[in-house]
Amino acid sequence: MEIRLEGVSLSLGEKRVLEDLNFAFPARKISILWGPSGAGKSTVLRLLNRLVDPSEGKIYLDKKEIGLWPVLKLRQQVGMISQLPYLFAGTVLDNLSYGPKLRGVKANFESRGRELLAMVGLEEELLFRPSGQLSVGQQQRVNIARTLANDPQVLLLDEPTSALDERASGQVLALLGELRHRLGLTMIMVTHSKEQAREIADHVVMLREGRLEAQGGGELLEP
Amino acid sequence: MGKFCPGRLGVWKVGTYIALSLGDLALALLLIGITIFLSYWQKLGLGRDLLVGTVRSFVQLMAVGYLLQGIFDLQKWYLVVLALFVMIAVAARTAYARQSVRWGALPGQMFVAIGASSLLTLGLVVLLILKVQPWYNPRYVIPLAGMIIGNSMTGAALVVNRLTGEIESHRGQIEVALSLGATSRQAVAPYLREALRSAMMPTVAGMMTVGIVQLPGMMTGQIIAGTRPALAVRYQVMVTYMIAAATALTTIGVALLAYSHFFTRDHQLVGVEDHGNQA
Repeated sequence: MEIRLEGVSLSLGEKRVLEDLNFAFPARKISILWGPSGAGKSTVLRLLNRLVDPSEGKIYLDKKEIGLWPVLKLRQQVGMISQLPYLFAGTVLDNLSYGPKLRGVKANFESRGRELLAMVGLEEELLFRPSGQLSVGQQQRVNIARTLANDPQVLLLDEPTSALDERASGQVLALLGELRHRLGLTMIMVTHSKEQAREIADHVVMLREGRLEAQGGGELLEP
Repeated sequence: MGKFCPGRLGVWKVGTYIALSLGDLALALLLIGITIFLSYWQKLGLGRDLLVGTVRSFVQLMAVGYLLQGIFDLQKWYLVVLALFVMIAVAARTAYARQSVRWGALPGQMFVAIGASSLLTLGLVVLLILKVQPWYNPRYVIPLAGMIIGNSMTGAALVVNRLTGEIESHRGQIEVALSLGATSRQAVAPYLREALRSAMMPTVAGMMTVGIVQLPGMMTGQIIAGTRPALAVRYQVMVTYMIAAATALTTIGVALLAYSHFFTRDHQLVGVEDHGNQA
């Protein structure tokens, strides 16, 4: 699913956070949102699944304006993976089945839960583990699996590796690359690590102070 | 000195009890003297406030005494209704003033929740349980309403304070739930439950210890007025249940009204700063 921004601006209170953004995130690719702190990268992600709405301009998901999608359906299609895992109280299974249960899926979720854990490289024994007993790396993988449980077409990733050590971040990045190939997902990722971004990027959008600075391929990130 | 008074006060007969003269009340100032002495002795700096409190409590209670006397003597339904309205309005205002985070619609929400649940509870007690004749008999309606509305007010103040705190401290979790496709109601449910539990807790704790740790005012008053304790406790049992119902209804009502102010129609969480005053 392609996502296109047309003339998107956002003011929060007195502050102009985003200014006249015009660009697209190509379908089935990994796009990197790059820029210094305060450039508005996370805010762009929040716009895409309507946690916040633009003050001006329009955003299109597959050529349909996102305001015309039923918002709950949109959020299921455009999954967000937060910087901190924020797992819910309860077991890993409770977390994985949260989204499907909201949509009224009543079937036993255990086998799908095992499948999701395998997909993010976690042992299935973790299914009944209380979420509070997981390591940070495991929590972030469960966070990703929890979003995948909704069968999204687009994944928004807000610095998904910032809380992880080098090894765990490498694993998560490898996982994302694999998910793009296997599930054909459109991914948009905010990251601070140029190295990581270069490794994984098909497309790069650079922001500075809420404005588009440049866009293009991974070569934009060359030193 | 207190005199032993058999007799009548207003329109109903009471048992025999020791009535207080103003002179007797002056003697009660001895108790305040002790309090002020303790405050000075321990350098609590409360002397001035204690004096103001002493005068205020005297003036307020005397005024309310005469006001109630008037309402009781006139026996008009509209005066009783007016009194209930004023009590609910003051309760809503007070519960609002106790909030650390406030927004424009909150006083109205407090008024609706406290009013509706108090009147519902009061109606059940007055019409169904006590079968008061006439329905507005102020001797029953006013004191019962006072207890119901007072407890509703405390519950409303507690639940909204807790709810705003819970929402502010769980913004990340709430947004995760929203972005997984939850409605605002579904996303806020665990924090709503927590706020309701904590606001109900004092009432539930009170039910556990009533009669053991404290003898409630209603029962104490009846006993002093001459009712046999075995009968007075029956009223107290009813009052205890009544307060539990009123608190539960009010806290749920006001919490359900209040939470929606943290969300847009499109299930977006908005910040406290978007709600006007941040006290």
